[in-house]
Amino acid sequence: MSKRESDEVTGVETTGHEWDGIRELDNPLPRWWLWVFYASIAVAAVYWVLMPSWPGLTGYSKGILGQSDREAVVGELQALTAVRGAQAARLRTASLEEIERDPELQAYAQAVGQSVFGDNCATCHGTGGIGAKGYANLRDDVWLWGGELADIHRTIQVGVRSGGADARFSQMPAFGRDQMLTPAQVDDLTEFVVALSHRPADVAAVRRAAPVYVAQCVACHGVKGLGDQKQGAPNLTDQEWLYGSGRQAIHDQIWNGQGGVMPAWKDRFDPETLKALAVYIHANAGGR
Amino acid sequence: MTVVIDRSAPTAAKTSPVSAAAKARGPAYVTGLYKPRQPIYPKLVHGRWRAIKWALLIATLTIYYVTPWIRWERPGTLPDQAVLVDFEGRRFYFFWIQLWPQEVYFLTGLLVLAALALFLSNALFGRLWCGYSCPQTVWTDLFIHVERLFEGDRNARMRLDAAPWSLNKAWRKIGKHAVWLGIAFGTGGAWIFYFHDAPTLIRTFWIGQGPLTGYIFCALLTFTTYVFAGFMREQVCIYMCPWPRIQGAMLDEHSLQVTYRYDRGEPRGPHKKGADWTGRGDCVDCAQCVTACPMGIDIRNGPQLECINCGLCIDACDEIMVRVGRPTGLIAFDTDAAVEARNEGRPAIYKLLRPRTVFYGVALAAVSGAMAWGFSVRTTLDLHVLRDRNPVFVRLHDGAVRNGYTLKIVNRSFEDETVIVGFEGPAGARIKTPAAASSGTSLTVVAPANEVRALRVFVTLPPQALSAPNLPASFVVRTSKAEARAQTTFLSGVANTP
Repeated sequence: MSKRESDEVTGVETTGHEWDGIRELDNPLPRWWLWVFYASIAVAAVYWVLMPSWPGLTGYSKGILGQSDREAVVGELQALTAVRGAQAARLRTASLEEIERDPELQAYAQAVGQSVFGDNCATCHGTGGIGAKGYANLRDDVWLWGGELADIHRTIQVGVRSGGADARFSQMPAFGRDQMLTPAQVDDLTEFVVALSHRPADVAAVRRAAPVYVAQCVACHGVKGLGDQKQGAPNLTDQEWLYGSGRQAIHDQIWNGQGGVMPAWKDRFDPETLKALAVYIHANAGGR
Repeated sequence: MTVVIDRSAPTAAKTSPVSAAAKARGPAYVTGLYKPRQPIYPKLVHGRWRAIKWALLIATLTIYYVTPWIRWERPGTLPDQAVLVDFEGRRFYFFWIQLWPQEVYFLTGLLVLAALALFLSNALFGRLWCGYSCPQTVWTDLFIHVERLFEGDRNARMRLDAAPWSLNKAWRKIGKHAVWLGIAFGTGGAWIFYFHDAPTLIRTFWIGQGPLTGYIFCALLTFTTYVFAGFMREQVCIYMCPWPRIQGAMLDEHSLQVTYRYDRGEPRGPHKKGADWTGRGDCVDCAQCVTACPMGIDIRNGPQLECINCGLCIDACDEIMVRVGRPTGLIAFDTDAAVEARNEGRPAIYKLLRPRTVFYGVALAAVSGAMAWGFSVRTTLDLHVLRDRNPVFVRLHDGAVRNGYTLKIVNRSFEDETVIVGFEGPAGARIKTPAAASSGTSLTVVAPANEVRALRVFVTLPPQALSAPNLPASFVVRTSKAEARAQTTFLSGVANTP
């Protein structure tokens, strides 16, 4: 061992390391720091005994306090359910109309609905519920499958083209793609639909398309183009368009006959949540 | 000041505990955190100011301890405590007044009033607040009184402290601290009654079922009362309180404050009975003003930061003046300007009306007026409007546009109110709530007593009313007694035209 050097100013031994003339003093650790360090070791030892800490082959040491975050969460959820119990029970027994009319239940349904909507529905319909191209706007007064509380409740439960036996189902044929109509007929029909929604259109084309509309479209969209909510056929005379209002968008829809899919939610939520969601959507669309 | 610990030389600590630099600065540098406290043994005095101090002590402590127990009947399940800060119910009750958290500006106004009143009283009469009504002063006074009951007055106390421990000294000290702790606990205990129903809390507190905050604050105030009034005393005023520093800006040479009239007192010196008074001042240098002072200062050194203006030295001096047969008032509430004038042979002029006092007075009147006006126009009905921001507007099938709002209808009265909600804005507006069967120009709802009713409202404007992107509008709520209005905007979805 080499001879220890002492710093001439302080008299403290140095570590013998030197960088560019700067030498490190070999001071002991501060006493308070040392005690904190020892205390930490002691706390760790106590922690091993009290709390889950050691991994084993098939499990882990549970600790004598039996602490478990998983069980704590389960407990908290049960407590939450208990707190909500009274409101949830009332939601279960009350009719949709009763929920909407009772300020207290309405507020509860609004809160539950908003949370569930944000987690599940907002992906397609948007957080504000105004939808997007191909996804229905749930805030206005235009409904494909009916805007009454019961209609909305049912649509949420069974979905649209969701594959279930009781699902809402409608099929707009792909008139162009499947060559049911000629391209010229599709062009004429586009003009006809534009005219239906009270916009200026090519009169000759509208006249040519009239018999085609009667033959192909009336069954679902009706003689006046007002649609039919029982079949999920949209109203062609209003200003709301699921796939766009322009001529190109209307042409594309006649040609391709698109239809979106909405999942059935009845197996994913309990009945009171489904009710709350229906009331939430109905209320935010302006209600009755 | 700080203790210098030279961490570079712990091994050499035995021989050289401090650095050479610290040594050079002298021993004062290493004595401690601040100057060691010189114990003060204030002597009991009798007189006009002492009497006023007793009266104010009794009055302020009575108000403090009794107030939570005053009952005030309120309807329903509302608390029947006259003065109550109800954090759980989010209300502040003061006799007939009930304030909501949103009205905290009334409390702010009260604080502004208190500050202005403090400024004004300070500019006129010096630190009256410090000397007579500050809790630190009042409780310290009470603790000193208890101290005297157990240990006697100044001289007895000094002897007792200097004496070795004995049974006599022990029981007096223990008794004093026991009573101090009792008072301190009573102080903390009374404080928490302002935040909970007093008769309930006094039962639940003892059986361990009081609220946790109650125990915490009771313990905290017990501790601070015991330490501040028992041990720290004048140090709180000198080292902790900002007011002695601020008061320098509030006082001027025309402020009345406890003053030693050096024009009359100097030159001072001991006086033999029957000796001639000519050619000397009235001060007999008996130091009674110093022994009476709870702050441990000599008022004859002039106005100073430590002086709390309590006037006990006036009583002490007057007693001596009567005894030596000189007029009282050698120490008195006087102004620097007056003393200086008399010293120079000019007549003393007292100016209570100065720009400073006039300004404080006017400001005090203005804030009081504003508060009184605000309180007189305060209604029990209030309205706040939150616009829906997602979506900001919805276009309906016929081109009409609908905006959604959440109205917060505040009913501060103790009765359910039938409220008519109206919308004032572009012509043709129709409003409805989700639950209403149809829309109309107004709607009627019930606002429950003492609550905020949140109401979803949809406003629909026909296409021809959509003249601009932003249409100013307002909601109005009316009851038979009151009306409240809130401005908002209707967003039409029409593009901005350049």
